[in-house]
Amino acid sequence: MSDTMAAPVISARDMSLTFQTNDGPVHALKNVSLDIAKGEFVSFIGPSGCGKTTFLRVIADLEQPTSGTITVNGMSPEDARRARAYGYVFQAAGLYPWRTIAGNVKLPLEIMGFSRAEQEARVEKVLELVELSGFARKFPWQLSGGMQQRASIARALAFDADILLMDEPFGALDEIVRDRLNEQLLDLWARTEKTIGFVTHSIPEAVYLSTKIVVMSPRPGRITDVIDSPLPRTRPLEIRDSPEFIEIAHRVREGLRAGHLDE
Amino acid sequence: MALVALWYVAVVPMNAQWAQDQARRAGAELTLPALIADTMSQQRPRLPAPHQVAAELWNSTVVEEMTGRRGFMNTGSLSNRSLVYHGWVTLSATLLGFAIGSALGIALAVGIVHNRAMDASVMPWAIASQTIPILAIAPMIIVVLNAIGVTGLVPKAIISTYLSFFPVVVGMVKGLRAPDHMQLDLMKTYSASGGQVFAKLRWPSAMPYLFASLKVGIAAALVGAIVAELPTGAVAGLGARLLSGSYYGQTVQIWSALFAAAILAAGMVAVIGVIQRATLRRMGMAA
Repeated sequence: MSDTMAAPVISARDMSLTFQTNDGPVHALKNVSLDIAKGEFVSFIGPSGCGKTTFLRVIADLEQPTSGTITVNGMSPEDARRARAYGYVFQAAGLYPWRTIAGNVKLPLEIMGFSRAEQEARVEKVLELVELSGFARKFPWQLSGGMQQRASIARALAFDADILLMDEPFGALDEIVRDRLNEQLLDLWARTEKTIGFVTHSIPEAVYLSTKIVVMSPRPGRITDVIDSPLPRTRPLEIRDSPEFIEIAHRVREGLRAGHLDE
Repeated sequence: MALVALWYVAVVPMNAQWAQDQARRAGAELTLPALIADTMSQQRPRLPAPHQVAAELWNSTVVEEMTGRRGFMNTGSLSNRSLVYHGWVTLSATLLGFAIGSALGIALAVGIVHNRAMDASVMPWAIASQTIPILAIAPMIIVVLNAIGVTGLVPKAIISTYLSFFPVVVGMVKGLRAPDHMQLDLMKTYSASGGQVFAKLRWPSAMPYLFASLKVGIAAALVGAIVAELPTGAVAGLGARLLSGSYYGQTVQIWSALFAAAILAAGMVAVIGVIQRATLRRMGMAA
């Protein structure tokens, strides 16, 4: 817990979010409090409807909490968004079919008004970071699903925000591709020292990637357990067979089950 | 080919009555081959045979302009007896109307997508405008504009506009709304302005829809121009040829004008198709 000494990058206090629907109010988040320190890799895990995606969207100012407070880099989420504090990766790559891979990565840079030379330099740098250097001039449909998702990560990294928010980015990919991307993501995290918020359905994925695992449960959406991982930062895939890994996975599973027993 | 064959078969019974009447008056008896030959070559048949229409098309375009007394080769300007001349008159009105109609359609669609009040109010009016029969409103527009001194190309173009803006509005509203929530959220994470969202996301997303609706729009614009030529006293244009053809029972002339219109429409749609393919290929969306 030594790295929580500094002011947290993301800090939520007693935050609730209720959606008004035709079937009555839905408590997507209820009294959620959480601190995320700089450089952490935080996974949010839980069943559908537990509010993990909603929590990420609140950080990104795509949803607004109904009560409680949340700060991102010490600012309100809206100010943080305007200050371009984070890059967001969605479940689908969502690349523009009419732009090349380089063109897609360039999109946020164009919007944010980087100079042309700066755009080129940054595109080259982040494409290399996600190992897509040779594909700059290809169109999205010419790439596999895993490569498209890597391009969308490059797009989120292009403007060099400190925070990377990822909403089930590998959810639609098969197990083998997912393993490879998980490895690459850890490598990328080590090289860029970003703070990452990562939503997932998968227990092994959460345990393998995270320094902190936030276990959530639905109706109302809330945090049932926060696990600080004792695993080292550098993790080969084989670590998933180690007793520590299995122990953490077990604790996550217990947390998920406890959430369900409450109902 | 099957259609042409069917057409030839239909020519015989359609024109047989006239042929037999003529033969009876002459006191002659028609054999079947003679009857068939006659139905294929009447001056004013009920249904002209395909080769008659083709010949009329050829004569009223190439032959007239090359050798006619008032043709292009003799006078340096298009003959008013030629379908090229009439086709050009209609085409110019069509293109002007189509250009205005497309611009109007796109502008309305942009307004509908970006302005809540326009979203609620414009579409019902646009739909209502299309339920009015064009044949009823076209003469009124022509007459009213004529009364205030607007004549010639513009009134016809306005009727073309009237017909062609609608498919463009419908297509572009759909197209500009094509981006899903995720893509709009992505733009929001970049804190993109409304103009940026439009230029970088909505407009490119709408391109395939735009071309589909332009194809419908240009065909409608041609219909509008032809209809607009009917009440102008049949001076010039394919509509005028249709009208004078029906005044004087010149069925061959009517049919050749119809075919000229069809060829014109097919040509314009093909041109848009070429532009569409080129644009979408450049955008990496080979269609």
